[in-house]
Amino acid sequence: MRSTLAIFRRELASYFSTPLAYVFIVIFLASSGAFTFYLGKIFERGQADLQSFFVYHPWLYLFLIPAVAMRLWAEERKAGTIELLMTLPISTTEAVLGKFLAAWVFIAIAVVLTFPIWLTVNYLGDPDNGVILAGYVGSLIMAGAYLALGACVSALTKNQVIAFIVAVVVCFLFLTSGMEIVLAFFRNWAPAFVVDAIAAMSFLTHFSSITKGVIDLKDVIFFGSVIGVALYINVAFIEIKKGA
Amino acid sequence: MAAMIVLSGLTKRFGPLTAVDGVSFSVDRGEVLGFLGPNGSGKTTTMRMITGYLPPSAGSVVVCGHDVAAEPLAAQRLIGYLPEGAPLYGDMRTGAFLNFIAGARGMSGADKARRVGSIVERVEIGSVLHQPIDTLSKGFKRRVGLAQALLHDPEILILDEPTDGLDPNQKHQVRNLIRDMGHDKAIIISTHILEEMDAVCTRAAVIAKGRMVFDGTPNELEQRSAFHNSVSIRVKSELAPKLSADIGNVAGVARVEAGETVDGVTTILAIPADGRSIVRDVSERVGESGFAVEGLHAERGRLDEVFRQLTASQ
Ligand SMILES: Nc1ncnc2c1ncn2[C@@H]1O[C@H](COP(=O)(O)OP(=O)(O)OP(=O)(O)O)[C@@H](O)[C@H]1O
Ligand SMILES: [Mg+2]
Repeated sequence: MRSTLAIFRRELASYFSTPLAYVFIVIFLASSGAFTFYLGKIFERGQADLQSFFVYHPWLYLFLIPAVAMRLWAEERKAGTIELLMTLPISTTEAVLGKFLAAWVFIAIAVVLTFPIWLTVNYLGDPDNGVILAGYVGSLIMAGAYLALGACVSALTKNQVIAFIVAVVVCFLFLTSGMEIVLAFFRNWAPAFVVDAIAAMSFLTHFSSITKGVIDLKDVIFFGSVIGVALYINVAFIEIKKGA
Repeated sequence: MAAMIVLSGLTKRFGPLTAVDGVSFSVDRGEVLGFLGPNGSGKTTTMRMITGYLPPSAGSVVVCGHDVAAEPLAAQRLIGYLPEGAPLYGDMRTGAFLNFIAGARGMSGADKARRVGSIVERVEIGSVLHQPIDTLSKGFKRRVGLAQALLHDPEILILDEPTDGLDPNQKHQVRNLIRDMGHDKAIIISTHILEEMDAVCTRAAVIAKGRMVFDGTPNELEQRSAFHNSVSIRVKSELAPKLSADIGNVAGVARVEAGETVDGVTTILAIPADGRSIVRDVSERVGESGFAVEGLHAERGRLDEVFRQLTASQ
């Protein structure tokens, strides 16, 4: 526990020790603002809610979270510090958790900093703040799933660019697997239960009800399982890579 | 009681390459083992297996009764490790980095502050405590690496080329540090500097192409040298041939070699027949001959020559 905390603190501090963190936060805030106000037409909709804000999160996360995740392990491999880390009396699981939680909290900070958008809708109208809170919570859980996938990919390489690109591709597959255009490709040849399984993996589908303020236990369990499985595989990747 | 570090049949294969091949030795408390070998002979790989970073392909490492493969954390708690090249988190400041290591090793509060403070003093890095590690000079980075390894006052120290990149004063200081700690710890250091053997090690292990080729004291290593106990005499060049012939007749001298000539003074080297001491007989003969010599001393042996001989034959 204490060592997980030590890793957590180090990692979180290291995000803020370079200008990169601030650049990231600015890009995140600017693009979520742009999506919400221009694409989402939040004013034109004439409704006091943040649906047009949350609805773009899956697409925003697609590029921004792999950018946060890529350094998690690739950088340690590149610098050789993974040797230092793995010879401390810390289990691989503790290290994986510490790093994941730090990155998750970093993303949470960026997400919470979008609060001016929330202030705006409260100023203009009378939104259901419970729905908005649910949206934030759901969005963060989904962010965790993206992050866990990205961390998992990062464990396999020492090249951060490769880690980024592969993570975007993997997240894109999860994101779009519920879209008809993807499913149609599988319908031609795969049995129905496979198609259903692919559709069930879709981040979009699971996130859609969350944007409306409905936190369904099913969706939470889904994203939680993605996080759990991805981190488990992350641990396994590190252990396997150790042998080589 | 069993030795603190026990390697048995330790082997590591990378695909078709056997980097470490059946290495066995043990290190007791109070011993400083110098690990020697040419580049690529498997020193770093062996140390990585001892510290639990790499799993062995065969064989085992037992550290104070803990099998590293089965109980890595228990073993790692007892070990301080300076990896090759001293990798560090470059974006951190020295002080923050040491605090991180202390936290990761489970220290907290006053105990943590005390230990960090004492190690900072010991390796003299107080002046760079607030500097980002990336901006430190190579020698200071190495010292921070050492501080990290010594922080928890470990029973066992594994140091991969600890004096690499240090200036002569620092080398001297680090060697003293290692020698002092050697009394109550088990230490393994790898090095390419042969004098370091004499300076700090109580034992020498030589590895070539993954195999152990020597395990003994530095003294025994020197005795392997053809030059062990040979006597070098510096004399005016014009007298050298005559003196060489004289000394060649001394009982126990196998042959006499003429060495280099500098400023009209030639060094001649009398090599003993079977490593026995000939310095007394030779100096007596020199006295009888009545030649004025510029200098005379007995050699202990040439480690670089033994090193070449041991590792080239493989
Ligand atoms: N991860 C790896 N994959 C493949 N081969 C490796 C790996 N690590 C080491 N080797 C090989 O194993 C051999 C031993 O390497 P090692 O680093 O242990 O040598 P060393 O004795 O420490 O050398 P040096 O004195 O140069 O530090 C080398 O041939 C090296 O190329
Ligand atoms: Mg090495």
